[in-house]
Amino acid sequence: MAPLQNTLDENFILIEPDKIITLSELFEFWYYRELLFFFIWRDIKIRYKQTFLGFTWVIIQPLFMILVFTYFFGELAKVPSEGVPYPLFSFAGLLPWNLFTEGLNRSTTTMITNAQILTKVYFPRIIMPLAGIISPMIDFAIAFGIFTILMLYFGYIPGINLVLLPLLVLLVLGTALGVGLWLSALNVLYRDFQYTLPFLIQLGFFLSPVVYPSTLIPERFEYLYALNPMSGIIDGFRWVLLGTNPPGFTLLISIGVIILLIISGIIYFKRMERYFADVV
Amino acid sequence: MSDNRFSIEINAISKKYALGTLNSGYMTFRETIYGLFERNSSSKKSIYALENVSFHVDEGEVVGLIGGNGAGKSTLLKILSRITPPSTGYAKIHGRIGSLLEVGTGFHPELTGRENIYLSGSILGMKKQEIESKYDEIIKFSELEQFLETPVKRYSSGMYVRLAFAVAAHLEPEILLIDEVLAVGDLKFQNKCLGRMKNISRSGRTIIFVSHNMSAINSLCSRAILLDKGQLIFDGNTAEAISKYFEVSFGKYGEIRWDNIENAPGEQGFKLRSFEITSEDKEPLTTVRVDEAILLRITYRTLKENMQFRIALALYAGGVCAFTILEPEENIRKDIGEYYSEVEIPKNFLAEMNYSVYLSVFSSAGTKNHYCRIPNLTMFQAYDPMTGASARGDYAQNIEGIVRPKLKWKTGLKSRQTE
Repeated sequence: MAPLQNTLDENFILIEPDKIITLSELFEFWYYRELLFFFIWRDIKIRYKQTFLGFTWVIIQPLFMILVFTYFFGELAKVPSEGVPYPLFSFAGLLPWNLFTEGLNRSTTTMITNAQILTKVYFPRIIMPLAGIISPMIDFAIAFGIFTILMLYFGYIPGINLVLLPLLVLLVLGTALGVGLWLSALNVLYRDFQYTLPFLIQLGFFLSPVVYPSTLIPERFEYLYALNPMSGIIDGFRWVLLGTNPPGFTLLISIGVIILLIISGIIYFKRMERYFADVV
Repeated sequence: MSDNRFSIEINAISKKYALGTLNSGYMTFRETIYGLFERNSSSKKSIYALENVSFHVDEGEVVGLIGGNGAGKSTLLKILSRITPPSTGYAKIHGRIGSLLEVGTGFHPELTGRENIYLSGSILGMKKQEIESKYDEIIKFSELEQFLETPVKRYSSGMYVRLAFAVAAHLEPEILLIDEVLAVGDLKFQNKCLGRMKNISRSGRTIIFVSHNMSAINSLCSRAILLDKGQLIFDGNTAEAISKYFEVSFGKYGEIRWDNIENAPGEQGFKLRSFEITSEDKEPLTTVRVDEAILLRITYRTLKENMQFRIALALYAGGVCAFTILEPEENIRKDIGEYYSEVEIPKNFLAEMNYSVYLSVFSSAGTKNHYCRIPNLTMFQAYDPMTGASARGDYAQNIEGIVRPKLKWKTGLKSRQTE
């Protein structure tokens, strides 16, 4: 009778010591989609609460970065920029890079800053890093607005390739999600991970073609370099926005790496999430 | 088939914590790396926060979960609300479950009251539509109509708690887990919360309710489960569970005895032998009901002839002295030997409080002398079994005051209004 009983009894939650990832968790995630929306909404609300400071910061930060980059890398160091004015060139790299790092920053610390919620309420924990990754989209949109003005100023009109931009943005978010899942779970278990993040981001900055073109990389290192998914993505951004050389094969490697990161990230995160409340 | 009517089925659940990780669970990565090189030492001790706990809760049942600090109540609620997994065993939950382990979960100080209603409601598991439909009700309950556009960080702590409870109180899952949320706000609001809880408990929902407030447990729950050191030690009738709880947490305070005269407290020829709390018929008590008289009885030995002193017992409750009972005169104890003195506290005089007893034996005639002074001799909790015979009558909510005498009321018509 026992198995029959279980099939009749379709609607119950089973709480067990060890649970493998099941299909029902996907449905559960769907059930909690509104909460994801509320977390994103909260992040944005708080960020722009002191409207003046929040908003101006989003404008000032990339502008100053571009100014500094243009002077030191473009003027002094004469870094090549694939025939594009250097401010535009570096800005096109900074757009995805900032979206990536901001998402990474927020998703890594989100479990700790929301520990109070984590220890009192249940919901699929993955919502938290996910919200941290999506909420910087507002900053991205504002920066993109400034970029558009700059582009028009330099007389650049993007071609038909622009339709691929949303796809590239998705790839940035995907990279941030893959890395963010790993780091947020690791940061709960090992609190010192948080301190390695600025270092990792700085390292990544120089390992990605933000202030220089990837064409500078010697050919024998090309595939190794492409293992950094941001390199292909940044090349892609310049391609669709400024009409530079298409990223080609490196972007495919990037996509492969991203998929691998996300899958492994979800598995690791899911394995650890049940214990977050015990250790956070 | 029959297990379909259970809302909650808990089967042999245990929760083990590695010792030392209770306070700070996380490690640093450095420590883990070092740990790899350490021998598998015997330092890996663990304790059970819950051990082999099983019970069922029927649909619509309101069950109290009681026990001292560290008994495992909160751990159990956390397991049931899926915040933390059990180490062994399993639980089945039939229906949508919501938990209220704290008021103000998810509140953000920078956001306004209105925004926090949405945020907190959503975190607690309400759908946006649900929050919208209950929005007016929530605001009315919180009594904060004019502060909704104010950031919560400018709220007083009372306002904060009111808003938080208002949101929480409108959570309507089929199964509700509640941890100690009644201990919030001023007395008026506490009563309002208790009233709301009563409504919820009558609405046919399944509730597990954790509290240290025994009168709340008593008035809300039809059944109670007592946990002690992670184990289930009683499951059944609420009143019985409560008396077991007092027995477990305060021990047999009905009697404190110093068998060895050498160690007994007292000086200048006075030695305390025992202190007892008994019923009128001298039965040692483990629980004190406010609707029954009790005797406080001390026995002591005099080592000198003609000792003259006065015994005083002060009962402290809620940090203040509720009242002092003292012998009206300084009696002479003529003989050397063992004496007893007892005093009766009449029925319907104590409030539902935790009283601690301060014993003092002294004389002030001539030179002032202290023979014995023990500030925290013992502690006892008085509770109201809610039979209607006590001073509370049929009033079921909180009553302020450190004593609660049952006094006579008289009401009459003084003059009839003619027009």
